[in-house]
Amino acid sequence: MKEFTYQVKDQLGIHARPAGMLINEAKKYKSVLTIDTGAKKAELTRLMAVMALGVKCGQTVTVTAEGEDEDKAIKEIEKFFETNL
Amino acid sequence: MKRIEAKTVYKGIALGKVYVMQKSDSSVNRIKVEDSENEIARMHRAKSIAQDQLKELYDKAVKEVGESNAAIFEVHQMMLEDLDYVESIENIIRTQQVNAEYAVAVTGDNFAEMFAGMDDDYMKARSADVKDISERLIQCLKGGASQEDDFKEPVIIVADDLAPSETVTLDKSKILAFVTVHGSTNSHTAILARTMNIPALIGAEMNLDEVKTGMEALVNGFNGEFIIEPSEELKEEAKGNIRKEKEKQELLKQLKGKENVTLSGKKIKLFANIGSISDLGYALENDAGGVGLFRSEFLYIGKNELPSEEEQFQIYKQAVQNMAGKKVIIRTLDIGADKQADYLHLGKEDNPALGYRAIRICLTQPEIFKTQLRALYRAAVYGNLSIMYPMIISTEEVAKIKQISAEVKQELAADNIPYKDVEEGIMIETPAAVMISDELAKMVDFFSVGTNDLTQYTLAIDRQNAKLDAFYNSHHKAILKMLQIVTDNAHKEGKWIGICGELGADPELTETFINMGIDELSVAPSAILKLRSIIRQIP
Repeated sequence: MKEFTYQVKDQLGIHARPAGMLINEAKKYKSVLTIDTGAKKAELTRLMAVMALGVKCGQTVTVTAEGEDEDKAIKEIEKFFETNL
Repeated sequence: MKRIEAKTVYKGIALGKVYVMQKSDSSVNRIKVEDSENEIARMHRAKSIAQDQLKELYDKAVKEVGESNAAIFEVHQMMLEDLDYVESIENIIRTQQVNAEYAVAVTGDNFAEMFAGMDDDYMKARSADVKDISERLIQCLKGGASQEDDFKEPVIIVADDLAPSETVTLDKSKILAFVTVHGSTNSHTAILARTMNIPALIGAEMNLDEVKTGMEALVNGFNGEFIIEPSEELKEEAKGNIRKEKEKQELLKQLKGKENVTLSGKKIKLFANIGSISDLGYALENDAGGVGLFRSEFLYIGKNELPSEEEQFQIYKQAVQNMAGKKVIIRTLDIGADKQADYLHLGKEDNPALGYRAIRICLTQPEIFKTQLRALYRAAVYGNLSIMYPMIISTEEVAKIKQISAEVKQELAADNIPYKDVEEGIMIETPAAVMISDELAKMVDFFSVGTNDLTQYTLAIDRQNAKLDAFYNSHHKAILKMLQIVTDNAHKEGKWIGICGELGADPELTETFINMGIDELSVAPSAILKLRSIIRQIP
C-alpha cells in the first residue's frame, strides 16, 4: 500500500469541479484508491462520497492506493492534488 | 399593489408581465415491478438519454455563459454516473421490487438531504444539483422530454426555484428577470443570472398560488424588491431607471473592447486600481486593460500577524489567473504609522507622511520584504505579474532592492521552487525621485506616478487639512512640469510610464497626459469607460 498526505490549498476546498476531475483521474487505475480526512473516508472513484467529505481549504487528507499499479497511481494522484487543489 | 422583499443576486430593474414557471410534474407513483433486471436496464437507457441532454446543455452553456460557468453540467454528467447514486437506485429497484422512477426519486431525495445537511454553504447548494439530475432522469424515464415553456413577449420568470439546467434552457432574449422563492446566492442559477446580466431576486417570500402568469410586476434589484401590480407612479419611475440603465449598458457595449485611441491615433492604456481580490471582477467588467495598481496592504491591515508566504502566494496567483494574461502590477507593502498593523509595532509618529513607512520598512526589516517577494515571484509563474516599489527617494534604495530580490530568487532556485522573473518598476511620489528620474530610469523597467503623495510633498499641503483647501490646486504647474520631466526621462531610457494617483482619472487632464506622452493611466474601475469615451473624442 502506498500513501501521501496533502493539505488542501484551494480556497473552496474539494468542490464539485475538481472532485469530478479527481474521480476521472482515479478511475484510470486498477488500484483501490481512498481518501481519508481523519473523520471520514471515501473511495476516490465515488464523486458524491468525495464531495460529501466536505474537505475545506487548509484541511489535511490522506490518500492511499492499493493494487498492482499503486506506485504509478499514487504518484499521479499526488501530482493532481498539487496542481489542482 | 403588493411589495415582496427579496435578496438580490444580480442588480437591475425590470418591468413586465409575470410568467409563473411550474415545475414539470415530478410526482412519481410507487409501482410494483416483478422483473427488476429489466427495470434496471430501462433506468440505464433513460440515464444515457439524460447524459445526451446534459452534453447538449453543456455545449449551449459554453456558448452563452462561458466554459467555467458551464462546468456545472459536466459535474451533472458525472453525478449521474456516480457509483453510489446508481447503486442506490439499483438496490431500491431490486430489494423493494419497485419502478425506476420511484427508486430515482427516493435516491435523489436522500442525496439532496445529505448535501443540505452539510455545514458548508457551498456544499449545501449542491443539493439543488442532485435534485436537478434526479428530476431529469425521472422525466427521461417517463418518456416525456422536459416541457418547453412558451411565451411570446419577454417576461419576468417567477418560480419556486430554478435548476441550472432550466435557467440555461430558457431563451435569454425573452427573459426580463428571475424571481424565486428559494435558491441561494451560491447557486449556479445565481451565477448564471450574473453572467447573463439578467436581474435576479431570490428568497422572495410569497405564495406562488397568488402570483398568476400575466400579472404585471416590477423587479427592483437595487433594493431587493418584487412588486406585483405596481402603482402608475412606481411604473413611471422604473421606466426612467430602466432607460438610464440601458444608456449605461449601451455606452458599455459601444466602448467595450474598443481601443483607447484619440481621433488622431494617439493611444494610451487604461488600467484599474484595485485594493483587494474582490475588485478584480469590477476591473474585468469595466474592460480594464490590466491592473495598474494592486494595493497589497489589505493583506497586512486588520490582522494579528504578518500574512504568510503561502497566503500571499494564493492571493497573487488568483489575481494573475483571473486577469488571464493581462498585466497585474502589484505594489509591495505600503503602510506607515497612519495605517493599522499593530503587530508591526510601528509606534506613534509626529509626522507619519514623512516617517517610517513603505519601502523604508521593507529595507529595514528585510524578512517581511523577502516573504512578500517570494510569494510574488512564485505567483508570477501563473500569469502576467509586475512588481512596483513605493516611496523611492534614491538610487541606493533601488540597488538595495535589487540585491534583496536577487537573494530571494537564488533561494527559490536552491529550493527548487518554480518562479519567474518579472517587470519591476518604482513609484514616483517624491520630488526627490522626480529630480533623479534620469538615473532611476536606467535601473528599472517602468515608472508609475503616485500623484496624491507627489502633490502633497511638492506643495507641502496636507490634504486632510480643510483650512488649506484655498491653497490647494491639483493642476498646479509644478506637478505638471514634474510629470513632463519624469515622462521624458523614462522615454529616454526606453521605459514606460503610468499614473496611478487620483489625478490620472481627472478628465480635464486626459488630453494633457496624452500629449505629454504618458503611456498608461491606472484609475478606479468605474472611471475606465468614461475616460475611454473622452479619449476617443480627443482630436
